[in-house]
Amino acid sequence: MIRSPARRGPAAGSQRMATVFRITRVKPIVFVTCLIPALLLGWDAFTGGLGVNPIEDITHRTGDWALRLLLVTLAVTPLRRMAGWHGLVRFRRMFGLFAFFYAVLHFSTYLVFDHFFDLLLIIDDVAERKYVTAGFIGFVLMIPLAVTSTQGWIRRLGKRWTALHRLVYASAVAGVVHFLWLVKIDIGEPMIYAAILTLLLGLRMAFRHRGQGRAVRGTGAVDPARSAAR
Amino acid sequence: MLIKQAPDIRSSEITPERLYYNRRQFIQAASGAALGAAGAAVLGQPDGGLHAAPQEDVGELRPSQFSTDERQNSYEEITSYNNFYEFGLDKEDPKRYADDLTVEPWSVRVEGHMNRPAADYTLEDILSPHTLEERIYRLRCVEAWSMVVPWVGFPLRDLIRRFEPTSRANFVRFETLYRPSEFRGQRARNLQYPYVEGLRMDEAMNPLTILAVGIYGKTLLNQNGAPIRLVIPWKYGFKSIKSIVKIEFVEDQPRNTWNVAIPHEYGFYANVNPEVDHPRWSQGMERRIGNFFRQRTQMFNGYGYQVARMYNGMDLARNY
Repeated sequence: MIRSPARRGPAAGSQRMATVFRITRVKPIVFVTCLIPALLLGWDAFTGGLGVNPIEDITHRTGDWALRLLLVTLAVTPLRRMAGWHGLVRFRRMFGLFAFFYAVLHFSTYLVFDHFFDLLLIIDDVAERKYVTAGFIGFVLMIPLAVTSTQGWIRRLGKRWTALHRLVYASAVAGVVHFLWLVKIDIGEPMIYAAILTLLLGLRMAFRHRGQGRAVRGTGAVDPARSAAR
Repeated sequence: MLIKQAPDIRSSEITPERLYYNRRQFIQAASGAALGAAGAAVLGQPDGGLHAAPQEDVGELRPSQFSTDERQNSYEEITSYNNFYEFGLDKEDPKRYADDLTVEPWSVRVEGHMNRPAADYTLEDILSPHTLEERIYRLRCVEAWSMVVPWVGFPLRDLIRRFEPTSRANFVRFETLYRPSEFRGQRARNLQYPYVEGLRMDEAMNPLTILAVGIYGKTLLNQNGAPIRLVIPWKYGFKSIKSIVKIEFVEDQPRNTWNVAIPHEYGFYANVNPEVDHPRWSQGMERRIGNFFRQRTQMFNGYGYQVARMYNGMDLARNY
């Protein structure tokens, strides 16, 4: 709808202004919403509500939210295509950065409480344990994405930015595999994540297959810059 | 059988910790209303050293040389963080759904290769000849967390001797209650039920192996495996089967539930061993519940002095 505002008339322009206004108002709400799991975690830590094994609780909750927000980030484009919620793209970077934020908390818990900065032990763990390897890959892949999420990097990288940010798919796959490999027998929950991820990736492939891929990629390259400008 | 004493006896093992209470009331509470039913007569009197029940006296809970003096986990911790898949997969599920289960009346079927008659014995029949002790044991879960639990129970070997297993009884097989109407995990079929565990006869006869009926001087709560469960402190927690309804003396090695579920990850022996990792995670460290940082896991969970001999010459990496 707002793909090419330049070609619109004055009426479209004012509509655009209204959208911008709504987004500036909604953005803080989305921001605080994404922060709620962290605030709850902080509150529980402060009031002793983390349960009998608090470190495990922190690890699980930060890991869950990293994965959930990563899937939310990946759901933005399909939702735009199918439901026409184009305004959503304005929040994509925020979702992605919050996913990274929870992944950092998740990894820090592992670093500090599981291994207390023992690098040799961590290297051994990452190399030996399949589920740790997968989780570590998922986390490391998010770092360049978070770093290049700024307006400046988007401009500097141009089309390469889009190519680079396709790493998010690999990161999400690694995240889900990490979850699947660590559970004892209760694969129900990780399988839900796997199903959602498969659906999201499947939809993208379907879009491309139907020849709409070019349009998606085209907007993808421009959108982040626009959203960042606002 | 030669029973070696632990090399040093700690002060806490000499001084009774704290628990004084009426043993008769304990047994009655544990066995509920189910008193004096069939089976009591068949068993007769136990051999010397064991008290005949019920007793009038207020007895003191016998302390044990096998108890550890490490910091005990709180009652709250022990009763709210459990793996008991019959109640669900989450650690909080057993406590959450504990009330679904009725443990009165309770009986235990004892059968197999033994000289005593196979029968359903009431909990009172099972418990009455035995003197309850306090055993403060480390409990190491296969998931790499651990606790210290002050169990109330008695050596399994004392019960086994009462039933006089024959020479064909190479293993003891245990079963948990199968009652899908009360166990939502059984309705969900999250594992193959009834839950089955087993021990080699020498493991079952080891003085460390106990049948537990209480924690912290109180009868077991449902989430901890009421009314009677096994505790084998040198093996991963899943061997310590809960809410037992059947004890069977068998010739062949029983197929225990976790081994059936994932054979390459969970074996029959399941001895705590920091050298032999779970295929997907390390067993070298553990998180003691209540501590922030992890600690090293000990061979046989620190009970090697009492149990290592049983596994002499065995390849523990293959017999995981």
